[in-house]
Amino acid sequence: MTVLLLFHFGAGLVAPLLVRWWGRQAFLALALVPAAGLGWALSRLPTALDGGEVRERFPWVTALELEVVLRLDALALVFAALVTGVGALVLVYCSRYVEPGDEDTGRLAGQLTAFAGAMLGLVLADDVFLLYVFWELTTVFSYLLIGGSGAKVAGRRAAGQALILTTAGGLAMLVGLIMLAQASGSTLLSEIVADPGSGAMVVTGTVLVLLGALTKSAMVPFHFWLPAAMQAPTPVSAYLHAAAMVKAGIYLVARLAPGLADVPGWRAVVLGVGVTTMLVGGYRALRQHDLKLLLAFGTVSQLGFVLTLVGAGSAAVGAAGLAMVLAHGLFKSTLFLSVGVIDHATGTRDMRELSGMGRRLPVVTAAAVLASASMAGLPPFIGFVGKEAAFTALWDGALPDRTAATVVLVGIVVGSVFTVAYTARFLWGAFARKPGLPDTAPADLEHEPGPLFLTAPVVLALVGLAGGLAASSLDPLVAAYAETLPQLLPEPEHLALWHGLTPALGLSALTLAAGVALFLARAPVQRLQRRVAVPASADTGYWNVLQGLDRTAVVVTGTTQRGSLPVYLGVILVTVLALPGGLLLARGSWPAEWRLWDNPLQAVTGALVLVAAVLAVRIHQRLAAAVVVGLTGYGLAVLFVLHGAPDLALTQVLIETVTLVAFVLVLRKLPLEIGGHAGPRVRWSRGAVAAGVGVFMGLASAVALAAREARPVSAEYSELAEEAHGKNIVNVTLVDIRAWDTFGELSVVLVAATGVASLVFLRGRAGAVAQAEPEERQRAPRGRRAPRRDWLAASSTLAPRRRSLVLEVVTRLLFHAILVLSVFLLFAGHNAPGGGFAGGLVAGLALVLRYLAGGRYELGAAAPVDPGVLLGLGLLLAGGTGVVGLALGAEVLETAYFEATVPVLGHVTLVTALFFDIGVYLVVVGLVLDVLRSLGAELDRQEEEGEDEDPAEAEVIAR
Amino acid sequence: MTPTIVLPVVIAGLYAAGVYLLLDRSLTRVLLGFLLLGNATNVLVLSASGPAGEAPLVGHAGSGEMSDPLPQALILTAIVITFGVSAFLLAVIHRSWRLVRQEVVHTDEEDRRVAARTPRHADAMDPDDIDPVDLAPGDRAAVVGRPTDVEERLAQRYPDTASDDVGLPPTRGRTT
Repeated sequence: MTVLLLFHFGAGLVAPLLVRWWGRQAFLALALVPAAGLGWALSRLPTALDGGEVRERFPWVTALELEVVLRLDALALVFAALVTGVGALVLVYCSRYVEPGDEDTGRLAGQLTAFAGAMLGLVLADDVFLLYVFWELTTVFSYLLIGGSGAKVAGRRAAGQALILTTAGGLAMLVGLIMLAQASGSTLLSEIVADPGSGAMVVTGTVLVLLGALTKSAMVPFHFWLPAAMQAPTPVSAYLHAAAMVKAGIYLVARLAPGLADVPGWRAVVLGVGVTTMLVGGYRALRQHDLKLLLAFGTVSQLGFVLTLVGAGSAAVGAAGLAMVLAHGLFKSTLFLSVGVIDHATGTRDMRELSGMGRRLPVVTAAAVLASASMAGLPPFIGFVGKEAAFTALWDGALPDRTAATVVLVGIVVGSVFTVAYTARFLWGAFARKPGLPDTAPADLEHEPGPLFLTAPVVLALVGLAGGLAASSLDPLVAAYAETLPQLLPEPEHLALWHGLTPALGLSALTLAAGVALFLARAPVQRLQRRVAVPASADTGYWNVLQGLDRTAVVVTGTTQRGSLPVYLGVILVTVLALPGGLLLARGSWPAEWRLWDNPLQAVTGALVLVAAVLAVRIHQRLAAAVVVGLTGYGLAVLFVLHGAPDLALTQVLIETVTLVAFVLVLRKLPLEIGGHAGPRVRWSRGAVAAGVGVFMGLASAVALAAREARPVSAEYSELAEEAHGKNIVNVTLVDIRAWDTFGELSVVLVAATGVASLVFLRGRAGAVAQAEPEERQRAPRGRRAPRRDWLAASSTLAPRRRSLVLEVVTRLLFHAILVLSVFLLFAGHNAPGGGFAGGLVAGLALVLRYLAGGRYELGAAAPVDPGVLLGLGLLLAGGTGVVGLALGAEVLETAYFEATVPVLGHVTLVTALFFDIGVYLVVVGLVLDVLRSLGAELDRQEEEGEDEDPAEAEVIAR
Repeated sequence: MTPTIVLPVVIAGLYAAGVYLLLDRSLTRVLLGFLLLGNATNVLVLSASGPAGEAPLVGHAGSGEMSDPLPQALILTAIVITFGVSAFLLAVIHRSWRLVRQEVVHTDEEDRRVAARTPRHADAMDPDDIDPVDLAPGDRAAVVGRPTDVEERLAQRYPDTASDDVGLPPTRGRTT
């Protein structure tokens, strides 16, 4: 069974490819897939007839105790045969329904095939969660198939409606299934049915599961999605919305009825909803002019009928229901496919425009007449057998409550009268020659239906006839399922074509006569229908609910989102104060003792940092504020040293310097003062929030530290570092123990750098910094050119007043030394303070120096590479190290090492972590270079070329 | 572990100053606030790592005397990320200045528009969500996807016949 399901999904995946190769003939090949399923199901018929079953079971997600459990018994076999049989024929039909030039054929083919697999899985699943997965899969495929390419608004609306309704029902069902599984102690449907347990849990669970089944099978009041879903192409309507998917709810009810029919509420819901649906559907079918809509409402009606039967929880009625499932699947898909042929041939489905089609399309007419006879319940068709069995069982009172049996019987007799009437209306509307309407002329036939196009409806119609004739051989299969239901009649009843002159036969005759009368009196009936029509419908109700949801959303959004960023932040911060802050006050365990400091110097540095922070708040000059904020950073570096963290101190100092440079580069473009002072009220409220958050965080830090009692994870880090051949534990942590973190951080850095460049560069941002063209250099007065043209030569491109002789000389002296230092830090970092971060920053500072001394062309000469290449290369190197470690037998990103004694250098240990650190180095250099290139060189270029002039008035985005 | 008094005070001061600046409308001050918050958080992590000790270098100090290396690694990456993000914010400031000669966070126009929209027209934004009933008759055709004149013509030709509230466009073939 599993192989079969995988076969379906695999075929669904390759279907678009097949369609590309073979065009629409690919459908014929795809039809073999469900046909194989049908063959397999029929080959298991003897087992099912003996009341046995075929089972497959293997683990799926062991951690969640989920299993794939598939089971084929009599009930599953009936549905499986229907799903695969109709599926195969519909695919054959598709091979002629689609035109060679149609778009989306591949999509249609793939989705239909995969849907067949999902539907087959649904009826075979024995585990409730597996059932749910397949259930939702059919919903999703239905959504995709109704929506089509998504180009049509109506299609999207219908698809969305079907999706929302059936998914909502599906969710209710999931909850219900979980409750049932809890109550019975098993997730297997077979065991739930065998012993459902009892109590409120079972009742609630049952009602929720029924809700899922009712939405899926388009029962009142959720029926309206089905007619709307007729937006789908006709083969989809025939398969999903007549034969297969809408039967899923029926299947679930039939599956659970043996165990749950006696749960309080089951019969009331199922019988009430079923009969109502049958009546509503039949009544509305009489009003339709579109043949497809007529059939859709007919389907709603018939589904109500079938649900009533299979959910009654009685052997005789259930047997009739199963026969009706087969009957309906056969005749309704035939009729849909016939309508498809008519639509295809004439381009219309409106019965007010069609006339005389019976003679134009005799084969289709014959098939449709056969199917209609089955639908109306005429002997000797299978529809008659099922309906007759239902009448007999209910006449004999095959329900626990005799009154209920009578009410249901009356309901379905009236429903059957409607059925006969709309069947006649359908035949008349589709095929009859109507007075006053010219024949749909031969010239109007766009496509003469070929034999392959007609195969599916003809075969389905003939099977419906054969099923009726061979009713007694169908009986054992139906009986194998009915045996599981409560036997409420003294004698079991059997399906048969001829029961003798029984009251049921009388009822059948009565429905036929009344139905024909209703059809003949259609003019007055329709006038009456129009007069009593109520303006409200379930569909309108649905849209009103959705609209109400939208309006509520607007009101809520409008009230909460007032558009001010500081207010949003303030709300978040006040919440932080109120919730975690309140908790800290109420429940926090305060430190028993306090120390003044680790080191008195901490107090001095701390005081300086605080003074700088206060100044940062008070100063409104951009550059000065940036400098005092930088001071807090340098102060932090001192705190790091005092704490025993030389790596941090080194990095902090370097970063603080680079940050200051970046600030200056951008702020030179902005006015000196920060404008827009807030009023005192705003300032005070900001101050209050800020003070609150500050005090809260300070207290939280103390409480958090006091609360520590577990051994820190880093206790073993020194041994781990030695294992990794490194002495600097912080560096080993970065490049080995927690290398994944570092790798993620490198990615963030890369994204940030790319973001900077994207914001500054107006055109392409790839490529290295421009280098000076020879003419560019010659522009400078000859006498001012540096005597050695190869070194800092580009500084000659600067305006004389922007050059600094001292800086140029210092740069000349220091640049290489700084680079050597950076490489030293990189290599030494594994054992001493340093590493890729510090090394990269130092190299970046060297570039800063070159840029400051020589301008943007000098930067291009110093680093003639695209920073993007550096960033990507660094990330590649870091990631590649992980893969290499994997190849050498270690975990991903775990260090591997080689040791060797090399002449001159002596004993050398080469650790793969070094390459990771080189990756870090490259990323950091890339970051600094990208910032310099964007905020430095590119801004210079824009200024020089006059691009940063005030934009024209029209270009300023109006605020 | 015993907390110090100095570090929590520094943390509190840096957070307070950072939050105050962050709540400003000027992007430059927001960025400065962000930097202060970054520094404050780094001190917070440092303070939570326990008492000061020797540098965590194997061989330099015994494992009992070392400061905790793990928070240091975390802070180190945080420092670099803070720089990356501040560079990005600087670029945003520059961009904002170039475009509108301002670097102030204004009230979000989109939010104001949503707030100003009446519930009645809540869903008039997405054509998929428009209820045809809410539309002027002239606009309905675009939604239902079929010109209404055919329906009207048919309704006139068959005045006796009931019409229904559902309709389907033809799926293929001729357009009548």
